[in-house]
Amino acid sequence: MRNLLLDGLLRRPVTDRAPKLDDAELTALAARIDVAARRRLGHSLAIREVDAGSCNGCELEINALQNAVYDLERFGLRFVASPRHADVLLVTGPVAKNMRTALERTYEATPAPKWVVAAGDCAVSGGLFAGSYACVGPVSAVVPVSLAIPGCPPTPHELLKGLLTLLGS
Amino acid sequence: MTPLADLLDLDRAATTHVPWPRVLVDADTWLDVAALLGEGGWTLLSLWADAARVHMAIADDAVPPAVAVVSLDAEDGGYPSVGRYHPAAIRLERALRDLSGLQPEGLPDPRPWLDHGTWGVSAPLGASQGEPAAGTENAPESYAFLRVDGENLHEIPVGPVHAGVIEPGHFRFTVDGETVVRLEERLGYTHKGLESLLAGSTLDHAGRLAGRASGDSTVAYALAFARAAEAACAITPPPRAIWLRALMAELERMANHLGDMGAVCNDAAFSIMHAHCGVLRERVLRAAAACFGHRLMMDRIVPGGVAVDIDAAGLDALHALLREIGRHLPQLAEIYDQTASLQDRTVSTGLVRPELVRRFGCGGHVGRASGRDFDTRRDLPYPPYDQLRFTVAVQTEGDVNARVWVRIREIDQSVGLINQILPLLPTGAIRTPVDAAAGAGREGMALVESFRGDVLAWLRLDAAGTVARCHLRDPSWFQWPLLEAAIEGNIVADFPLCNKSFNCSYSGADL
Repeated sequence: MRNLLLDGLLRRPVTDRAPKLDDAELTALAARIDVAARRRLGHSLAIREVDAGSCNGCELEINALQNAVYDLERFGLRFVASPRHADVLLVTGPVAKNMRTALERTYEATPAPKWVVAAGDCAVSGGLFAGSYACVGPVSAVVPVSLAIPGCPPTPHELLKGLLTLLGS
Repeated sequence: MTPLADLLDLDRAATTHVPWPRVLVDADTWLDVAALLGEGGWTLLSLWADAARVHMAIADDAVPPAVAVVSLDAEDGGYPSVGRYHPAAIRLERALRDLSGLQPEGLPDPRPWLDHGTWGVSAPLGASQGEPAAGTENAPESYAFLRVDGENLHEIPVGPVHAGVIEPGHFRFTVDGETVVRLEERLGYTHKGLESLLAGSTLDHAGRLAGRASGDSTVAYALAFARAAEAACAITPPPRAIWLRALMAELERMANHLGDMGAVCNDAAFSIMHAHCGVLRERVLRAAAACFGHRLMMDRIVPGGVAVDIDAAGLDALHALLREIGRHLPQLAEIYDQTASLQDRTVSTGLVRPELVRRFGCGGHVGRASGRDFDTRRDLPYPPYDQLRFTVAVQTEGDVNARVWVRIREIDQSVGLINQILPLLPTGAIRTPVDAAAGAGREGMALVESFRGDVLAWLRLDAAGTVARCHLRDPSWFQWPLLEAAIEGNIVADFPLCNKSFNCSYSGADL
């Protein structure tokens, strides 16, 4: 244990540099987000993740955001346990019909101002599950979506870029 | 115990079912098999319906086990329930009924499982699809949880949306003070109609769908599907593809076990392990991306072989990864073992009795931590594992600690396997063209060891060589019920530990 701690002190941090935000689409989206609302939030966002029927691939990469390499919290972004503490709902999955009510209730429980980020191809368009009797399809068919992060699953780097754009840093 | 061949007339097996025999039986033999499963010894591998026919995959207790599929034609929309004799079949039969509309007669638990009354259709996989059930009888609000009677009891409902970044499902705890008297799971929230989408798909498209049954096991599912498809079409992938598949499977196993090892410790508030395991897991995923172009290696295994080859840079990344894990894993294992506050939480917590894992045919770390010495890589071996040396990690204690140790030992074994695979990687092609028409009207089945346990894939091809019906059975089907047993008598605060030590898949079992 002592060696491990010492190692941690002596070695360079494993954390990656912050991603560059050069995506035109994302920048345009950032401009659309209400400036006043952003001022109220400061440079911090509380995120509530909602799995609306994903295959759990997106959850793996969202969880990776919290590891020491991506270190989400250095940007003022953190995951919270309740939608009542959240500014952002990060939604994954093709919205399984069995999850629709839970997603709607989670959205209603989130105080305004609030944003919904659809993460992963399923959440953006229904993905491979589009057209299934058991899926609604894109998250935007159930709750208003501010930002879409495609990918199957999106990498932590892509997720981070999207969330930082929302933060307007 | 009766060997399989004594009860089933294997000579009469369908010749179109590969590689294991499938036998069409009458109701009496079906009930004999159900009774033998109930008595123990034989293991239920899965149970599913294909139109008006019910299939049950079973293995006997011989070494190596004999595997067969037993089929029965339903009469008047019903068939004799297996769950009545063998509890491990109950949830499979509830799901079978929700999807196919066939009635398991005598099923002890008649409540719906996957059907929450939201689909706008009933029996989506049935021979004839029906109108949705009237009213809200299938809705989660009207689901009748089993009653627990007694003084001073109260209920804690949890989910489907949980506090962490995990999949959705509902847990209903009945507690006496701090102690859990009973846990009942209500799942099905992530049901996506996977098997319905698989039907009618080409082999390539179906392979991609199968790889999304449970994202954390995407390699194992893609491999199981590909092997079942290749069995039906009677083709063998090139040697290099076979070895690359094993490489991917071991990388996936390491990544998941590292993640779980850290997460269990994190649930005991020991976050330094979580941090270090998280970094190692990230290293595995980056090496996977360097080798195969995708961090989780989705869609890299395809029917006929693999989609991408590894280059020199990829091999370098792997060697560096193995060195790093080889250096850090013993260090982390020692910290895990030597930290009294951590051991206090994991030792003797969440006990699962060996008798239960045996009856449920529970695979993976859950089964092996309770003494079930079974691993498809060794016991129903598929190449290249028949040419590799590894030991199957088995513990007998059955607690959270044992499940962590099985994981640690399996990471170590995976490092050893990759070290053997790399110098033996054959050269040559990585993909054989699949002539799906060659498999027309045939059936294939495969069992593959995912990090979580044995994944079963079964498919029947139609006359054009597209998928007529595909059934995928996640190892979690036989693990979820045991979590209910593991938490009994533990305190509520230990549920996250127990749950994470199992790490069952919601998506994989919800289909």
